[in-house]
Amino acid sequence: MESMNGLIYALASLGAFALCAGIVLAIAQKIFHIEGDPMIDNVDALLPQTQCGQCGYPGCKPYATAVAGGEAEVNHCVPGGERTMLQIADLMGVEPKELEQEASAPMLAFVREDECIGCTLCIKACPVDAIIGAPKQYHTIIADHCTGCTLCVEPCPVDCIDMLVKPELIEHWAWPLPDTKRSQLGHERREQHAGHA
Amino acid sequence: MSLIMLSSPHAHGGDSIRLMMFTVVLALLPAAAVSIYLFGWLAFLLIVSCMLSALLTEAVCLKMMKRPLSTLLDNSAALTGLFLALTLPATTPWWMAVLGSVFAIILGKQVYGGLGHNIFNPALSARVILLISFPLSMTTWIMPMSSAAPALNLFDFSTCATIFFHGTNALLTSSHLSLDAITMASPLGHIKTEATLGVPIADALNAYDYSYLDAFLGFEAGSIGETSALALFIGGIFLLARHSITWHIPFAYIGTVLLLAAIFNQVAPDQFATPMFHLFAGGLILCAFFMATDPVSSPVTPVGQIVFGVGCGVITWSIRSFGGYPEGAMFSVLLMNCAVPLIDHYFRPRVYGHHVDDQDMGKS
Amino acid sequence: MPAMLRTLAQKLGLMAHTFPGGIHLDMHKLSAAAPIEDAGISPVLILPMKQHIGVPCTSMVKIGDKVLRGQKIAKSEGYLSVPVHASTSGRIVKIEEHAIAHPSGMGMPSIFIEADGDDNRDESLEPITDWRNVDPTILRERARMCGLAGLGGAVFPTFIKLVQDRRFPIETVILNGIECEPYLTTDHRLMVEQASEILDGMAIIMHMVGSSAGIIAIEDNKTDAAESMQEALTNKDGMDGVHIEVLPTRYPQGSEKQLIYTLTGREVPAGKLPMHIGVLCQNVGTTKALRDAVILGQTLTERIVTISGDALPRPANLNVRIGTPIRSLFARQGLEDFSNIQVVHGGPMMGERLRHPDIPVVKSTSGILALSQQAINAAHTVENPCIRCGHCSEACPASLVPNLLADLCRSDQLEKAEDYQLFDCIECGACSYVCPSNIPLVHYFRYGKGQISLARREQVFAEASRQRSEGRDTRIERENAEKAARRSRVRKTHAPKPAAEPTTEAAASTDTGSTTHPDTKPTPEEKS
Ligand code: SF4
Ligand code: SF4
Ligand code: SF4
Ligand code: SF4
Repeated sequence: MESMNGLIYALASLGAFALCAGIVLAIAQKIFHIEGDPMIDNVDALLPQTQCGQCGYPGCKPYATAVAGGEAEVNHCVPGGERTMLQIADLMGVEPKELEQEASAPMLAFVREDECIGCTLCIKACPVDAIIGAPKQYHTIIADHCTGCTLCVEPCPVDCIDMLVKPELIEHWAWPLPDTKRSQLGHERREQHAGHA
Repeated sequence: MSLIMLSSPHAHGGDSIRLMMFTVVLALLPAAAVSIYLFGWLAFLLIVSCMLSALLTEAVCLKMMKRPLSTLLDNSAALTGLFLALTLPATTPWWMAVLGSVFAIILGKQVYGGLGHNIFNPALSARVILLISFPLSMTTWIMPMSSAAPALNLFDFSTCATIFFHGTNALLTSSHLSLDAITMASPLGHIKTEATLGVPIADALNAYDYSYLDAFLGFEAGSIGETSALALFIGGIFLLARHSITWHIPFAYIGTVLLLAAIFNQVAPDQFATPMFHLFAGGLILCAFFMATDPVSSPVTPVGQIVFGVGCGVITWSIRSFGGYPEGAMFSVLLMNCAVPLIDHYFRPRVYGHHVDDQDMGKS
Repeated sequence: MPAMLRTLAQKLGLMAHTFPGGIHLDMHKLSAAAPIEDAGISPVLILPMKQHIGVPCTSMVKIGDKVLRGQKIAKSEGYLSVPVHASTSGRIVKIEEHAIAHPSGMGMPSIFIEADGDDNRDESLEPITDWRNVDPTILRERARMCGLAGLGGAVFPTFIKLVQDRRFPIETVILNGIECEPYLTTDHRLMVEQASEILDGMAIIMHMVGSSAGIIAIEDNKTDAAESMQEALTNKDGMDGVHIEVLPTRYPQGSEKQLIYTLTGREVPAGKLPMHIGVLCQNVGTTKALRDAVILGQTLTERIVTISGDALPRPANLNVRIGTPIRSLFARQGLEDFSNIQVVHGGPMMGERLRHPDIPVVKSTSGILALSQQAINAAHTVENPCIRCGHCSEACPASLVPNLLADLCRSDQLEKAEDYQLFDCIECGACSYVCPSNIPLVHYFRYGKGQISLARREQVFAEASRQRSEGRDTRIERENAEKAARRSRVRKTHAPKPAAEPTTEAAASTDTGSTTHPDTKPTPEEKS
């Protein structure tokens, strides 16, 4: 009889606890409810915003939507490279996947102004409004705004837009990781010198 | 010229792992010498076999992992072997010593990824594995070479070789000695057994013929390298002077043990031994100056090291006073080793310019 | 002798403040006894457009222009910037990129001057001998115009610090004569030879910031400098609030933050300037240059450079025109063959290894060293695993835990590295110097800092791009809505149908389109 009572108490208290927890959770959900799907924005925040469409979607936001919805793999963003892929995989809690394409060096579009006929087609193509110019006038690309997406190259009827490798600024240069086999440096040198002598 | 990036500084103080380890080996020489003086050829054979087998195991591991054999020269394997030898009883047979060294190198170090990655002090973890696997052999203490042990001449090579290669029993059968005639309990073990019988500590020690001077110089039973407080102090001071270790761990460790012992000895002198007794007994000094200060398995920051030392002290004293084992120094260091990542995280020093009082900034 | 007492107290560890960590180095002050010599004028001088921390300058001269010594040839393009001046008279021969002392090996647009040998000065700047009665803001503008930047090596524009701010009055001016880098002896020699001029500069600084207390800090391995400064101080009027502190030699004592702590017991809070705790710290060389700028009206066209190193036959202290190719200086001191030699710009602890000696002396060139290949190899040998010995933490003057930080940087856990205050590392190199495993800790920190800055820049750019892209999307949407509105208006005039309720989109288009006809909500096809 006593053990029976013990069992009932245990079950009852457990039940009561579960009920309380449930109520707290429900309230919390009400209070902290977030409008919209935060995942899309979270993924979008990780993307480089090049808006190049290399992922197969018309821009970063659509790709973010697809990834957040589980429709797209995490490894399609080319400019983002491995770091972005890993971050998205981490955020989504999925396995990282090998990149299909290596990211190229960052590029910059440049209009050869004397050849431009001012057709404005490139303006329409630019996803970030980095091109300025009025009809029948030279068009110029704001270098600081250009994401290097290459989308303006194709529409230009006179092929006057070049993609140039973005110049590296000395202020933006960053140290690479150290060479852990530094003693080899000594070896190489010693051999070099031995060769010279 | 080469394109390899070299960041400043373009100067180096010249310290190296090899040098650091060698300094510790040097610091252990007095203790090793005393151990040979006390335990004769037995100690010598133990030390040599442990060091050689540690080096050999390390070499095999390096070969298997295709790492350069030059790593052997960093002295760390030799030091591990020496450490292990000094924590063993003199009567340890050769195969146990070798097994211990193999454990120390493989399980204590290489499985974690080699030097610098191990969590526990390799020699200590091997010592504890041996203690758990062979509790009897690891707690049988032969009398040191003093007037107390006339029955056995430890400077006689053949006697020692018999013990070392064939075991203590082989010697006993051939020399018609009883085990009791050549062994004795360690002081810590003695008071522990007597305490269970309800004998007050002072009486127990009287019966044991205990003297602080003997304990300080090393004329008592115990592991070959831990008996002589004097030799270990000399080594420890050498390490401090050479800046190989800092004062934080040994002082915090020993200080905590002394403090706890003093307090409890005042309160209940019959149940708790005196601070001096704790200081000279067992492996406290060896652990405090040499084992707990093992760089790899101790915290990196001074504050963390003090916390680590205090933790070791509390655990050592508690095991000695309340635990089932007479000696707790080794366990305490191993237990605190587990806490090192935590200590490293929580006891970082305050970085320059952070959390300074902002009040006296400006006059606005 | 309070200074001596203090030194003694510090030696005995009784002093309350001395910065944590720090190490003792082999000082190798080979040129400590060598008087400053003039290095003469090189036939061609190369002046990079940016020689300070901050915004680069733009050239004001054309090829073929004649310039005078001290004439401004490149003007600053922002607040945090100082101009560049011709360091001798001559002709501009070219303006193109030239190698500078930078670890990347990248170049910098530079102005090349062919010296005419006359060395005629531009005398347009009036000397201000009566500076005590001149408004500090005028003196400040003088410091900017003269191109002054911290000559200790940090080259922070000097005028920025020389400011009176009512919220942060400067209580103490510190003259930094520590020079804790091995080999370097420029400040040392300057203090021995030109103590009085330095004190004039210090008086000007104190006048500019309105402070009456000053400390001259010198390490105890330069007692001759301390004596010479003390003598000059006793003979100088109006500097009663200034005293000399002789500090025990320890690296990196000369680092501004550490020195301030040692002298005042106060820390510069993270992200703040010394000014915010009422302290101003100036290097000896810069102070002397300020004096020349004010009292003589001279722009910054020369500096003292220690040329030294274990592989240099004749170490010396040279008074060098800015822009002088360092190869010619090495040649002057008897070094022509650079095989088996590594050239370092600055001191060995914080300087940069150069790929070749064909770079010009700039404002930050406190020293140039020719170190033997063996010395460099010994400093950069194979990296062993960290044995967690804690020597690095012990040495770190910023109280960081370098081995943990390096681990985090190596494994790209950059956010955590920032949490562990990576950016408080002053890159002094003390940790790498003591590491028994030869881990290039500073290199890892530089990598980590670079990656974090890169990520931050990328994030800012991505955010801006996202906004531009969103702006474009809404614009296109609005345009489409307008188009649709127009279309529907046209349709409506043809087919009289009851109008739907006006929507917000419709409201948006009302100002451009019809006010008389309420719009219909665009259908999905129209929208797309
Ligand atoms: S590939 Fe990456 S950068 Fe390009 S549009 Fe897709 S998500 Fe954006
Ligand atoms: S598409 Fe080509 S031609 Fe047309 S405006 Fe752009 S750059 Fe000029
Ligand atoms: S000094 Fe080197 S080996 Fe020692 S803890 Fe620091 S990084 Fe590790
Ligand atoms: S380089 Fe940075 S981490 Fe290393 S000692 Fe200096 S301040 Fe500390």
